[in-house]
Amino acid sequence: MSAIRQHLIDPEICIRCNTCEETCPIDAITHDSENYVVDVEICKACLDCITPCPTGAIDNWRIVHKPYTLEEQFSWEELPEELGIDEDEVEDTVQEASEDEANAILEVAHTGESGKVIPPFSAAHPYINIYNRERPLIARVAGNYRITDDDVESDIHHIVLDFDSKTFPVLEGQSIGIIPPGVDEKGKPHLMRLYSIASPRDGERPGHNNASLTVKRVVYEESGETQHGVASNYVCDLKKDDEVKVTGPFGATFLMPNHATANIIMVCTGTGAAPFRAMTEYRRRHMYKASGKLKLYFGARTPGELPYFGPLKKLNSEFIEKQLVFSRLPDQPKEYVQDRMRNNADSLAELLHSKETYVFICGLKDMELGVDEAFSDICKDNDMDWDEIKQMMRTSGRYHVETY
Amino acid sequence: MTEQTSNDAIVEVNYDELIPNNVDLASDARLKKALESWQPKYLDWWNEAGPDHTQNYEVYLRTAVGVDPKGWAKFGHVKMPEYRWGILLAPKEEGRTIPFGKHKGEPAWQEVPGEYRALLRRLIVVQGDTEPASVEQQRYLSKTAPSLYDMRNLFQVNVEEGRHLWAMVYLLVKYFGRDGREEAEGLLERRSADEDKPRILGAFNEETPDWLSFFMFTYFTDRDGKMQLESLAQSGFDPLSRSCRFMLTEEAHHMFVGETGVGRVIQRTCDAMNEANITDPYEIEAVRALGVIDLPTLQKKVNFHTSVTRDLFGAEVSTNAANSFNAGIKGRFAETKIDDDHQLLNDTYTVTRVADGKFVEEDVPALSAINARLLDDYIKDCQGGINRWNKTISKAGIDFEITQPHKAFNRKIGEFESVYVTIDGEIVSEDEWNSKKEEWLCSDADGDYIQSLMEPCTEVGKYAGWIAEPRIGINNQTGEFEYVKIN
Repeated sequence: MSAIRQHLIDPEICIRCNTCEETCPIDAITHDSENYVVDVEICKACLDCITPCPTGAIDNWRIVHKPYTLEEQFSWEELPEELGIDEDEVEDTVQEASEDEANAILEVAHTGESGKVIPPFSAAHPYINIYNRERPLIARVAGNYRITDDDVESDIHHIVLDFDSKTFPVLEGQSIGIIPPGVDEKGKPHLMRLYSIASPRDGERPGHNNASLTVKRVVYEESGETQHGVASNYVCDLKKDDEVKVTGPFGATFLMPNHATANIIMVCTGTGAAPFRAMTEYRRRHMYKASGKLKLYFGARTPGELPYFGPLKKLNSEFIEKQLVFSRLPDQPKEYVQDRMRNNADSLAELLHSKETYVFICGLKDMELGVDEAFSDICKDNDMDWDEIKQMMRTSGRYHVETY
Repeated sequence: MTEQTSNDAIVEVNYDELIPNNVDLASDARLKKALESWQPKYLDWWNEAGPDHTQNYEVYLRTAVGVDPKGWAKFGHVKMPEYRWGILLAPKEEGRTIPFGKHKGEPAWQEVPGEYRALLRRLIVVQGDTEPASVEQQRYLSKTAPSLYDMRNLFQVNVEEGRHLWAMVYLLVKYFGRDGREEAEGLLERRSADEDKPRILGAFNEETPDWLSFFMFTYFTDRDGKMQLESLAQSGFDPLSRSCRFMLTEEAHHMFVGETGVGRVIQRTCDAMNEANITDPYEIEAVRALGVIDLPTLQKKVNFHTSVTRDLFGAEVSTNAANSFNAGIKGRFAETKIDDDHQLLNDTYTVTRVADGKFVEEDVPALSAINARLLDDYIKDCQGGINRWNKTISKAGIDFEITQPHKAFNRKIGEFESVYVTIDGEIVSEDEWNSKKEEWLCSDADGDYIQSLMEPCTEVGKYAGWIAEPRIGINNQTGEFEYVKIN
């Protein structure tokens, strides 16, 4: 049987000054005429209440199998004895700092990069971890639009979040966390999910303190049951003016180079397009005449399932080379991004020769391997050593992978 | 991950400046200059009227370096004149509205509204005056501290009262122009118990002659401070509200010193009685022979400090209080948690008054009974700690209970100022009251006895014989910790 470490207040030492209740960012502390108590259902052990307590009564913990209820705590004249349960039985819970939660997700997403990763030398300096699970930013939904065709299964939404006057500086390529409300069937708060920002640093609307996300509604079959992803369904169902708990920003390496001579090769599928929409839009707004090339490989099953298909098509091909690749067109053989890349071998090889070229890959895990093989083949045909080039690109902050 | 940045929730104190602050003092040259010229005068006041001959003591103090939970409690040994008194306001709540009175729902004022200028200034001056006053009242106490731990707690209270003075002076200087600057000077010129220039409120001209009085003062009188700050924290004048909100966090330490101080005295008395097999708490001489303070004397101290402090709430039925409330300047205790319309135009409140020599309960307009209500809330708030003290006594198997005297006992201000009332609430003649006075309040002999116990104990980890050790140290320090280094 697993145990938890329960936060309790020593009623013999507490002077009921209300400081802890006032300090708690999530209202986990309450009181009656006798005792101040901590609600185990709410407390996340952020420890914000510990230092302000003038008495030290707040810093008490008991390892329990069954947590003490509020009623039990109200009735206490003194703390119960330790139960003698072993520390080892305490299960790790989501109560760890939310930065760790985000880190763990990003670590998995960046496994394709292997080794130490550094951002492009000209990347803007990122701010990270401004808001966490204990102290999230409350954003307001400014808009929520389905951006895949109505008749296709894939339900992808473009969500605009407004941060009002709160400080929330984000860069293209960074992610933010969304905390779905409520708890899972075990009574634990839902895990945070990370979503890439789909808008540039100066906002979805230029000069506005807002940002957009690209989120696909996750629906899958498991043991004959249809399952709905908690976070993605929560986000896709958000209504205008709903409030959303946001954490972050997160991510300090998957960032766009800011110098005008940088070539950016972007490879993505599905919602992996989000960071590239952001980067492209930044270049469009602020560096339209940049000499560096933009090259986008974007895969989907059909045009109706390709997010932002309409706006993308309107972009001038002088400004960005768009390679939109579809794997389920009627009467056409299946084509994947790596196939198209092989078809463009010459131009890609030329770009790979340049120290000004930056590669960003974002999408499903399966795609990453295919893209890597394509690069390898292209190099082989051009008497280049992909492993060597990739290594060099990595160490100079020019090769970035984010997959899920 | 690498870097954190500041945001609204985390406001950093600018320690490079002469005056630490989170109010962006650097960008307001006029204000900065005014405060920088006030600061040396403040230090002069501290050295002249603050803790006597302690300038070289190194005291384990808590200093606020920020107003967020992780930043406001930094512990370390500091010489008190070098303590970083600063100006710290609780973070601004965007979109805050005035929570009560006739302006309820309007955006909170960031500047002083002209029509309430005089009213606000007076409230801030009265609140500000109590802060240095209590430091003055306590200036000689460190000479008789029962331990280094207690001496440290006294000094912590003192430096924080000093910082609260800073908070009020900031408001005066920033928002009240020349008048404000003059008032700020006046706060340093008045002196507790000085015949020519006394402190504004009566209770702050009473001396704090001994440590039991100090503990009682911090429990009962600082609790009045807490209630007043809580009411001002509701204010529609946002800078005042934010100042008071942060002060309340510090005020909690003063409550702690009082409740645990009295509690430790009671603990020691009960322990000593048990060791000597004394079960009757009224065997006063026998108990005193043990070198501890007998419980009936403790009750007398409670009677005194409660009654004197109740006078601080002012007249129970008061037009001034009604005006302040109606104007949105000063609310009720925990205003936002009260379930009513927060305007009180049609409500009544039951107030105990005296008519034809008897107590009567009378419904008066709730607006004019703001002080009465705050006093009732205060009396309720006092009871929590008293219950804890009584648990200590009953656990020790002694049949005695500390109680609060009747609301009308020994009052000099308000509804009961002209009647003589026993601790049980019986109205008696002046002569009868005076003849029984020493049953309820400490006689000179009682005071002399308490005074006789006030021998300093400055050995690390040791405590005077009339008070028990604390259950835990400050900031979890162990018993042998040197809280004050007396150089």
